[in-house]
Amino acid sequence: MSGHLATVAANTAVLTPLGQEMVAELQVDATVAFGELTLTCHRDRIIGVLTDLRDRFGFQQLLDVCGADYPDRAERFEVVYHLLSLTRNARVRVKVSTDEVAPVPSVITVYPSAGWFEREAFDMYGILFSDHPDLRRLLTDYGFQGHPLRKDFPMTGYVEVRYDEAQKRVVYEPVKLTQEFRNFDFLSPWEGAEYPTDVLPGDEKAIGSAGAPSGGKV
Amino acid sequence: MADGQPIANKTPERAELDVVTNDLGQIAFDAPDNRTAHAREMDDRKFTINFGPQHPAAHGVLRLVLELDGEVVERVDPHIGLLHRGTEKLMEARTYLQNVPYLDRLDYVAPMNQEHAFCLAIARLLGIEVPYRAQLIRVLYSEIGRILSHMLNVTTQALDVGALTPPLWGFEEREKLMVFYERACGARLHANYFRPGGVHQDLPMALIDDIGRWCAEFPRALKDIESLVTENRIFKQRNVDIGVVSKEQALQWGFSGVMLRGSDIAWDLRKSQPYECYAELDFDVVVGKNGDCWDRYLVRVEEMKQSVHIMEQCIHKLRNCPGEPVMVENNKIVPPTRGEMKRSMEALIHHFKLYTEGFHTPAGEVYAAVEAPKGEFGIYLVSDGTNKPYRVKISAPGFRHLQAMDWMNRGHMLADVSAILGSLDIVFGEVDR
Repeated sequence: MSGHLATVAANTAVLTPLGQEMVAELQVDATVAFGELTLTCHRDRIIGVLTDLRDRFGFQQLLDVCGADYPDRAERFEVVYHLLSLTRNARVRVKVSTDEVAPVPSVITVYPSAGWFEREAFDMYGILFSDHPDLRRLLTDYGFQGHPLRKDFPMTGYVEVRYDEAQKRVVYEPVKLTQEFRNFDFLSPWEGAEYPTDVLPGDEKAIGSAGAPSGGKV
Repeated sequence: MADGQPIANKTPERAELDVVTNDLGQIAFDAPDNRTAHAREMDDRKFTINFGPQHPAAHGVLRLVLELDGEVVERVDPHIGLLHRGTEKLMEARTYLQNVPYLDRLDYVAPMNQEHAFCLAIARLLGIEVPYRAQLIRVLYSEIGRILSHMLNVTTQALDVGALTPPLWGFEEREKLMVFYERACGARLHANYFRPGGVHQDLPMALIDDIGRWCAEFPRALKDIESLVTENRIFKQRNVDIGVVSKEQALQWGFSGVMLRGSDIAWDLRKSQPYECYAELDFDVVVGKNGDCWDRYLVRVEEMKQSVHIMEQCIHKLRNCPGEPVMVENNKIVPPTRGEMKRSMEALIHHFKLYTEGFHTPAGEVYAAVEAPKGEFGIYLVSDGTNKPYRVKISAPGFRHLQAMDWMNRGHMLADVSAILGSLDIVFGEVDR
């Protein structure tokens, strides 16, 4: 019976030399963490790297492509490719970075399964893929504006829809929340909820009027 | 057809009428073509039709834009996202424990299998080992989920091609399985049963006995359903040699699960990258030979039999370890029981902290995958060291498979679209997320 931790250790032992081989052959950066191999390269080389991984290292399948948003970085987006080799029984993750305007070459020619994943990354993050034959939005509504998985996109979105009885159609309206979206910061032991305004409803008088008893309670 | 393109690059095999056709595949009449130019244009025009979003054979809210030449499909453009709920965005704003129920709502036919992938990802980040009894329960319920999903799929595939009885029979068995879900966790569908570190509660002995009894009875019910469907003439006419996927195509398009095994590639994560206690369980990987819809149906039926076999082994092992823990005994990750919470101050603090702040995971990124009924279900989890995931990417098998609708359907007849779609085993909860 091999436990979960033993599997991670075994994967690390196998993937570390494989990663070194890839570093030597593909001129990429490789790290092994949590029993998983991650390669990093420049976005312009992604087609070459993935082609080599497929043809020389036997990674037959591209199982996932996704974006990730790190607004603090100079190039805020990461595009992450997850490959699987059935013959090696190994997985590898390839990461490239980009920003809102620099396109990443589409890897459809290497792995046709990338088509929808790249459309999804474009839809969710606004990451551009050059030479993609059909870079339309995939998951969001027809005519949707914005890229919802970006960290600066609000959780509630900007518009909401309802059926309008007078116009006999679905209409789009700005989001109206009956209750403010609450996001508690549990990481700080001292701060409670972050309210949108400094003054809570009902507290205006106590703060505004000078000389008013500050605490009120004894 | 004016430019003389061949109608179909792959004409499906079917009972053919004995008629003479010209090089365009149209029936050649002896009579001269007396149609006016307008009439000819009207006869040759192509149709673009909507299949869905409300269509009983679309298995959910799928809108397929079909370009047809007569009844031959020339292009399929699936429009998905009608069930998009932004699960990945929502998960970024919630703690790990609060996120587990979102996983139920992806592939809602086999909810626990999805939770499983998420729990494995968290376990890898935290570096925790799940107790043996919890592994057995997880495997047992994963296999129940597999039967739930396959049973829905094979019977509704029969429904898609015109048979009404199989789903009625199959849903009876699914109902029994959902009762097992309910008895384990209180919910028939949205279980929230697999938790980081184990499963929420232990199974009562009576439930294990009942599942064992069901395992003994189920093969007969399955045989009944098979007797209706497998060799049924209509079912075979509609599925044999339809939607053939070659090995190369299956690999290129990132297929997994039954879609891969149906094309004769023996790949099963339970065997090749065993998680939990699958390594010590005895079962076979079922493969098809031709990669058509009928093979995928057969693979699913055989997999159900294998699942029953796995469940029987789990039940045997569960009987041998009564009372063992089903959760990691680490109250920094796993909340204490309610009884403990009422008595111990420390347990109360742990309870409070875990249900408000939640536990923190080390910074890093992991990809954990399970062999879900529909294929490889993966969770790519990026943690920044806080109590919430920084990024969760749900890699759903249905999404990868639905992408193949276009090339799989080209050259097939309109009626084959629903057969192929049925054999892909699509559930929109996970495709749209």
